[in-house]
Amino acid sequence: MKHTLLQLWRFFFGDSARAFGSASVLLLVLLAVAPAKNHFNEWHRYQNQYLHLIRGRADAVTLERHFESGIQQIWLPEQQVTDRCTTCHLGLKEASLNDVSAVAFRKHPAIPHSLTEFGCTTCHRGQGAATTVEEAHHATEQWEQPLLPAKYIESGCGQCHLENLIGTPFLNQGRDIISRYGCTHCHTIKRPDGTSFQPDDDPPSLAHIADKTSREWVYAWIKDPQSYASTATMPNYHFSDDDARDISAFIMAQSAPLPPSLQPVKAEGSPDIAAGTSLYGQSFCASCHAMQNAAGMMVGGNIGPELTGIGTKAKPEWLQDWVTNPDHYDPKTLMPRYRFDDKQVGLLVGFLESKTEPDFLASVHLDAATPQQIEHGKRLVMENGCASCHEINGIKKPENFAPELTRIGSKPLNQLAFAPGVEHTLHGYIGAKVGNPRAFGPSLKMPQFQLTPQQIDAVTTALLAQTDRAFTQPLTMRITSTQQTKYEPAGQAGRIMHEVRCFSCHMINGHGGDMAPDLSYEGTAVQRDWLVQFLKNPETLRPALIRRMPKFNLSDAEINALTDYMLTVYQTPEFDRDSIPASELSPAMAEQGKQLFYSKFACQSCHIADYKNDKGYIGPALAGTGKRFNAAWVYHWLKDPQALRPGTIEPNQHMTDEEARNLTAFLMSLKSSGTKEATK
Amino acid sequence: MKRRLVALVCLALLTAGCSHKARQAQALKATANGAAIVESSGGKQIGYIGMPLDQPVVAQVNDASGSAVAGAAVYFSGPKGVTFTPAAALTDSSGQVTTNVALGQQSGRYKLTASTHDASGKVQITIEEVALGYQQTLGAQLNAQYCIRCHDPESTPQRVSNMDNLAVKPHPFTEGDTLNKMSDAEVAAIISHGGAALNKSPLMPAWGYTLSKNDIAALISYIRAVADPPYQAGGLVYAQK
Repeated sequence: MKHTLLQLWRFFFGDSARAFGSASVLLLVLLAVAPAKNHFNEWHRYQNQYLHLIRGRADAVTLERHFESGIQQIWLPEQQVTDRCTTCHLGLKEASLNDVSAVAFRKHPAIPHSLTEFGCTTCHRGQGAATTVEEAHHATEQWEQPLLPAKYIESGCGQCHLENLIGTPFLNQGRDIISRYGCTHCHTIKRPDGTSFQPDDDPPSLAHIADKTSREWVYAWIKDPQSYASTATMPNYHFSDDDARDISAFIMAQSAPLPPSLQPVKAEGSPDIAAGTSLYGQSFCASCHAMQNAAGMMVGGNIGPELTGIGTKAKPEWLQDWVTNPDHYDPKTLMPRYRFDDKQVGLLVGFLESKTEPDFLASVHLDAATPQQIEHGKRLVMENGCASCHEINGIKKPENFAPELTRIGSKPLNQLAFAPGVEHTLHGYIGAKVGNPRAFGPSLKMPQFQLTPQQIDAVTTALLAQTDRAFTQPLTMRITSTQQTKYEPAGQAGRIMHEVRCFSCHMINGHGGDMAPDLSYEGTAVQRDWLVQFLKNPETLRPALIRRMPKFNLSDAEINALTDYMLTVYQTPEFDRDSIPASELSPAMAEQGKQLFYSKFACQSCHIADYKNDKGYIGPALAGTGKRFNAAWVYHWLKDPQALRPGTIEPNQHMTDEEARNLTAFLMSLKSSGTKEATK
Repeated sequence: MKRRLVALVCLALLTAGCSHKARQAQALKATANGAAIVESSGGKQIGYIGMPLDQPVVAQVNDASGSAVAGAAVYFSGPKGVTFTPAAALTDSSGQVTTNVALGQQSGRYKLTASTHDASGKVQITIEEVALGYQQTLGAQLNAQYCIRCHDPESTPQRVSNMDNLAVKPHPFTEGDTLNKMSDAEVAAIISHGGAALNKSPLMPAWGYTLSKNDIAALISYIRAVADPPYQAGGLVYAQK
């Protein structure tokens, strides 16, 4: 062995000439290493493959002209973007490459932003500066943020767009769930514009709970809210029987009796369930409350709680008081105060009492609570942060009960404790935490929410949008969210509007719900007599709509006060409602308008002008326009509907002034009263 | 000799780590074989990239006389990125296998296969699904807001179809036979200028002053994505293996 080595040494370095030659060859080889490494680079290979691909195509010349070899980079220092993705992804901007099967070279799907202005990692994450597939796409020891799976991609939009966007349904859904399930009662989530996510679930005060329901119901509810109402948003804390017993004991013990109502109710529940059912229907309770019907289908809205088992939950006296005057029990409720008479209250209470779920309390037997149990219950209530959501006598709402999630979307992985089996990524962590929090340890307090896998993905998307980038990027990139105003009308009309809770459904001056039309300009739009009639007995304006304005049984004096206020105050500053008097609209114009209505613009596809012939179901029926609206409103609406009500689906038809005027004349000549049923 | 053996073992050990062969779905012990496999439900759904489909895909195995076979092994497979839970299972007592499907990361059409073994070999069916990307999703949202009430004959409790009220029936967007013959420019013109301007039904209003060009492009991409039969002229139709 030694002999062989010696021979080799002599062969290469035996004399000075041999040594010089060998050293030169060695040097040359070493010098070649760098260019060779470059040549056999991964990205170089991709560029060659791309060239090979485009040379076989019809537009090869154009594509080759666009091609630049070498490492490419999108550098946006203000947004902290240094993305070399375009070194390999060469066809992102080439419209003709949308049929290429290799993902690396295909055109980027159409998005409203330019790659050169926003970069790639802003939305996709990954490591922008890397130039190998592995390092750019996957998590490495030094880089923890791999590419985001496509299902979360809308989180990228949410970093700048703080408001809901029509093209990002899952981001919107996730944000809605965060509000609807009250996540922010415990977790603070701030937005980059300084506002915060607000809860939208209105958890009830427990200060007078003993007036409303029994301890048995509270116990069974705490054990499993969804077994009482499948739509309940209250999460499951997986309490043991003993813990639930002690909490229910404390909850009942802390309850203080409600001060007596100013108008005591003398309405017993009526046994006439059929009449109660029809009053429930006529009052459009189902616009807000859901109820399971005989076929097991959930029917109704989700603004108020589900009522399928309300008879098992609520005491009859409480129901009477609540239906008569909800303000008495909960001054902050969204529930309107219908002016029901005693007979009507009795009918509704009788109907609601008949909606029971006997199985729910069948196995609940609680002995009288001991002081120790109450004390233990109080400790559990404090430990679990019940007062974060509910008002409870003697317990203060805890501040920052759970970790703040303002920048959860950029949280370093080394600060997270992963449960076994959870994918070791940020999105994996968030998804697991939202979907199954107790898997992270039985002693953790976060309860189990009832969310579908798709809803969990949506919440994860919304949380992933809460990144450092969202807070640090240039202010000009931020599309801020509009917040509800605190508008409240004053005076007598304001009091009536508060009592019947107009704002639970209608938006006025930036405050209110979105179930019913915005009324900010209602005073410009409608005529006084119509509004009075409508408030007396709200008719069907849209034939195909299930949710409708209920009848609040307002007195004539109340209706007058309300009408006067609305007609005076709720006016658009853009034009005068009397600016087109009836004298300016001639029958000849109306005749021409009729032609326009039925031929040129074919309004009858969506609207009914004549109940006998028209069937359009989408917009409101227009057969009574002349009695309902002011001509100036109709004219300006026809000219630009979105200007008067942003978001309305009535298309802007770009009418000429003359066309709009003739159509206005025709519509104002329609003075049919009543509805389809009435004219039949 | 001994040294050579050691070297060989070392080499084998070193290369063992290099085999990246994808793990095959675990072989199932089928207790029966069918003669045919059919799609029971879950085909032609419109989903979103990377997301689970709303409805599970259900395949049924039948014998030669057309009655259901229990205990037959069914295997699901699809293009890159598609996941099946489970990817393979035995048919239940009604001869069916139900799997939840999440589509891959590229938008477009996905061809999924469900296969089983008959007496002589493999029989399979193809099930098609659609995944919407960003632009198509925007289009889908706009469709739900502006178009669907006239263009979809189906009514739901929340949304009553207006189609029956129209003298000239609008084309449902899935009606590929008609809509695939129109170019993007033609469809855009109808949406922007309305039916009357193009000698078509005036019941279709002009949306060009309400929707932006971007919105209309998104709507067209949605219409192309859901066309049945598929629209071939718009680029890649089927996600690749």
